[in-house]
Formats: sequence, C-alpha cells, structure tokens
Amino acid sequence: MFNIFHNSNLFKWIEKLIYFINSIFFILLLVALSFALILSPADYLQGDSVRIMYVHVPAAWIGLASFSFIALLSLINFIFKIKYFSLITKSIAPIGLMFTCIAIITGSIWGQPTWGTFWAWDARIISMSILAFFYFLFICVHKLFSDQEIADRISSIIAIFGAINIPIIKYSVNWWNTLHQPASIKILGSSTIHSSMLLPLFLMFFVLILYCALIFLMKYKTEIIRIKKKNLKRL
Amino acid sequence: MLTTKVKKRAYLLAATLTVSVVAIFFILKSLSSNILYFKSPTEIKNSNDTNFNKKIRVGGMVKKNSLEIDSEEIKFTITDFENEIMVSYSGTVPNLFTEEKGVVAEGKLQDKKFFIADRILAKHDENYMPPELKKIMKENVK
Repeated sequence: MFNIFHNSNLFKWIEKLIYFINSIFFILLLVALSFALILSPADYLQGDSVRIMYVHVPAAWIGLASFSFIALLSLINFIFKIKYFSLITKSIAPIGLMFTCIAIITGSIWGQPTWGTFWAWDARIISMSILAFFYFLFICVHKLFSDQEIADRISSIIAIFGAINIPIIKYSVNWWNTLHQPASIKILGSSTIHSSMLLPLFLMFFVLILYCALIFLMKYKTEIIRIKKKNLKRL
Repeated sequence: MLTTKVKKRAYLLAATLTVSVVAIFFILKSLSSNILYFKSPTEIKNSNDTNFNKKIRVGGMVKKNSLEIDSEEIKFTITDFENEIMVSYSGTVPNLFTEEKGVVAEGKLQDKKFFIADRILAKHDENYMPPELKKIMKENVK
C-alpha cells in the first residue's frame, strides 16, 4: 500500500512533476504578470503603486500558510514521530522565509509612496518580522545540530510555539490601531477590492503557489538523494 | 491503540501550549496601550495621564473642509467622528494625504484639543478600485 511512498518510486514521481510544472510555469507567469502590470486598472487613489499589492499579498499569504502547515506537520511529528514529515517541513521552511521577506520588503517599498515612510513600528509589521525570525530559527536549528533526531525535536517545538504568532498576525489589524490597513478580502462577507483587481491577484497567487511547489519538490528531491547517499532504504 | 509514550507527549505539549497561549494573552493585554501605533482623539480625551512633553501619534480621519494650506503651515482637524483634535504642521505630506482620508500625525500635544505635528503619515484604507468606478460612485452619492 505504501509502495508509492517508497523513495525510488517517489523520486520518479517528483521528477515527472518538476518537469510538468516547469513546462507550464513560465507561460502562466507571463499571463499573470501581464494582467497584474498592464491589463489591470490603476487605483483611484494610489495610482500605479497598487500593482505592488499583486506580489505583496500572495507572498504574505504563502508566508503565513506555509508556517501553519509546518506547525501542523511538526505537531504530528512531535507526538507520533513520523519522520517523513520532518523532511517535508525542512523543505518548506526556506520557501516560507523567502516569501515572508518578500512580503516585508515589497510592503516597505509600497509604504514609502503611500504612507510616507518605509518602516513603522506597528503591530502587523512587527508580528510579520517575528514570523520571519521564527523561520530563521527553524532553519538554523537544522543547520546547527548534526544529530537529526535532536534537530527534529527542537525545530518542531519552535514551529509549534511559533504558530501562536499566526493568529496574532492575522488579527493584529483588528485588535490594535495600526498603520497597516485591515484585510480587504474576507472569508465571510464581500471583499473591498474591485473584481478587475481580484483577477490578477488570484492569478499571481496561483503562479506563486506553483513556484513554491517547484522549489519544494526540488528541495525534497535533494533530501531523498541525501538519504540514499547514507544507504538507508527508509528513514 | 495509542501508546503511553505518545499520550505523554501529547499531554505535555497540550499543557505547555495552553500555558504559553494564556501567558502571551496577558502579556499582549498589559502591553496593549504600547502596541497601539496611534491614539484616536477619543482615547486622548479619556486618558488622565496625558504627557505633553512626550512624542505621541494621533490618528483618524481628516475632517471634511478642515484642511487649510498656506505657505508656512498646514492646518487640519483629525476626527474619529466623536471627538476632534486640531493639528498644525509644516513640511511635506505624502501623496495620499487629503480630506476624508486616514491620517497619522506624529508630534506633541499642546493641550487636549491642539497638536503640533512634525511628521504626517497617510493611512490607506482597505478599498481598492479603478478611478472610473470612483467617479460613478461619487455621482451616485450626489
């Protein structure tokens, strides 16, 4: 039953998937970028700087989502000791860190023309920086401890406790006065972004998710190769 | 089905997580006035220990028809639709700074109704729309 999870089989599937995503990624990226940069309208107030949002918002979503996912897998791994999960979390973490940093940097580039400052010590920005710090810690632990088991255990604990920060980031704009605006796209209720701007936003989100999948699969492949080098059939 | 080891780990984690969530909740609660990036005019009116020498930030909407710009200074009123504060400022303002839009002013209170700012930030709201649509909406309001 678990034949598909056997490393050699998994390896073939990953290779095929990487090839498939590679073949469609650049076309989709071009389509999404042309919608985001050319076809979509400028904002009535911000003008063209609204286009930064099409990278900023998906990057922030991915940063949050991948940390939640890492935390969930770490929780299961910590309790039930499923070692494949630590390979997955290890492969996701760098992507999450990159997108969190992209969200912070694009946000600050957007902040200069809109707010009039690159940086503000407001709750959303601080909590997002803390998220980046947790990602950094998580990756550092894997680099510092050569013993796989200890590294897994410490990094799981970091991810589980770092997850407390996730709802704080999400609701920081509602709980406190912040310079950052509240969420425009709500899970319940209508969104306050016009539909002509929603389309490029979701397209960009989809393309960036594909990019994440690509990097994740490549990272995961390397991890499998690393295991094979140790001559282990399974973990 | 679950071994005692698994159960022990689960309980330990649940206990420490609950404790830390409660701890963080109380820490954030006690810090909440410091976490606020700006104060609204109502919060300033209601606070008893107003410090006139400390730099603070006041935020709200720029009141309609209150903006006066001359060669030396910019005067406007910040409102949260309950209370108001007069602001005086000299310097450049961000592009998005206009009437009926969010603003955060950094500076010192002179008294509870008058504020001298040395920095102005524009606060953007969560609405995004193309310019044509805004025009149509304005005409509908009229």
